[in-house]
Amino acid sequence: MSTVNPPVVFTQDELGWVSWIDPLPEAELTERHFAGLVDRARAKSEYFRLLVRDPEVLEARTKTDKDIFYNTADGLPRAERELAAAATSRYNGCIYCASVHARFASTYSKRRDDVQRLLDEGVDADLGERWNAVVKASVALAATPIAFGPDNIAELRRAGLDDAEIVDVINGASFFNWANRLMLSLGEPSK
Amino acid sequence: MSTQDIIDTLAGIAPGSALDAIRGRRPQARENAQKSYLALFEPTDAGDFSLAERAAVAAFVTGLHGVSPVAAFYGEKLAASADAAALVEPIKSEIERGKTSGPYGAFPAGPLSVDNEAGLIYRVSAERKPVLGPRLIAALEHAHLLVFHPRDAASADMKALLAAGWSTTGIVTFSQLVAFLSFQVRVVSGLRTLAAASAQEVAS
Repeated sequence: MSTVNPPVVFTQDELGWVSWIDPLPEAELTERHFAGLVDRARAKSEYFRLLVRDPEVLEARTKTDKDIFYNTADGLPRAERELAAAATSRYNGCIYCASVHARFASTYSKRRDDVQRLLDEGVDADLGERWNAVVKASVALAATPIAFGPDNIAELRRAGLDDAEIVDVINGASFFNWANRLMLSLGEPSK
Repeated sequence: MSTQDIIDTLAGIAPGSALDAIRGRRPQARENAQKSYLALFEPTDAGDFSLAERAAVAAFVTGLHGVSPVAAFYGEKLAASADAAALVEPIKSEIERGKTSGPYGAFPAGPLSVDNEAGLIYRVSAERKPVLGPRLIAALEHAHLLVFHPRDAASADMKALLAAGWSTTGIVTFSQLVAFLSFQVRVVSGLRTLAAASAQEVAS
């Protein structure tokens, strides 16, 4: 058993993740599992070796994720998709997801200090009109019952987003309501 | 294709509409959100998580989000399930008992503790335990935690599911189902909101 050293603050540092239930052992993975992992290298990750217990669901989920975040031929810049992911994770309380996507947001935006303020101060941090609109929309979508409404659309439009970019915000923020719940409930982060 | 695109259907996106074209720019995301739905609700092998249990959990989870076309869809799905018709009324009653506002919960002890927010710790009512049975009782209680206060999740919750008869693989599929629905209900809500805002703009 490895010792877990859980982080107690939101951070952009690289964290590990430890499963609370048994992932499949690497030696037991078959071609069906590798299809579910999509990237063979993911066999090294405890998280993906746990989710690959249902390979069909994992494969579909992974491909949904990749297109929402990596398909940047048009639409919202990658940095702001990552901002939506980080803001959702900050609000739901997923320290692990927030660390990964805050790092990506910093890398693609070159605004590391602003991203850190989102982590330190929370989702009310003032990050400028455009980022505030993205964060606020993500938070409204994450609330249950969902609080996303016409005011969020108007605010995103005022900040310069067109409808295709708004759909990227909706997809990115919604997807992290999926990811956060898996990461938070099947295991825990470790420094 | 065995089914129409479920997100398009629930969001009311017509072929040839502006949002149809926008969704078409992320073809892999669209296709695989649909495949996720099919893998969860029409699996080739339901394995350790029966179709009736999937329908019951889905009706409960989407119902907890409030009245919506998504909740109506999964409510009807439960009513149409061969082995689950008797669960329709109990699930409706449990949705009413479980409704609250999230996300709340505790952060790891430390500087974030000042932001801890207490909220409902839902437990199935004693009167409906016999009809639901131990597996669904544990599933609904855990689903409620995932919907409203996922940051409260702890390793003990996994032990509770295992003790109630869930296998490790069953827990993975069950967690994916609740988490997927958390995504689907938001995408549909977001797209409907955007469509309504655009329609209003055209009208005014």
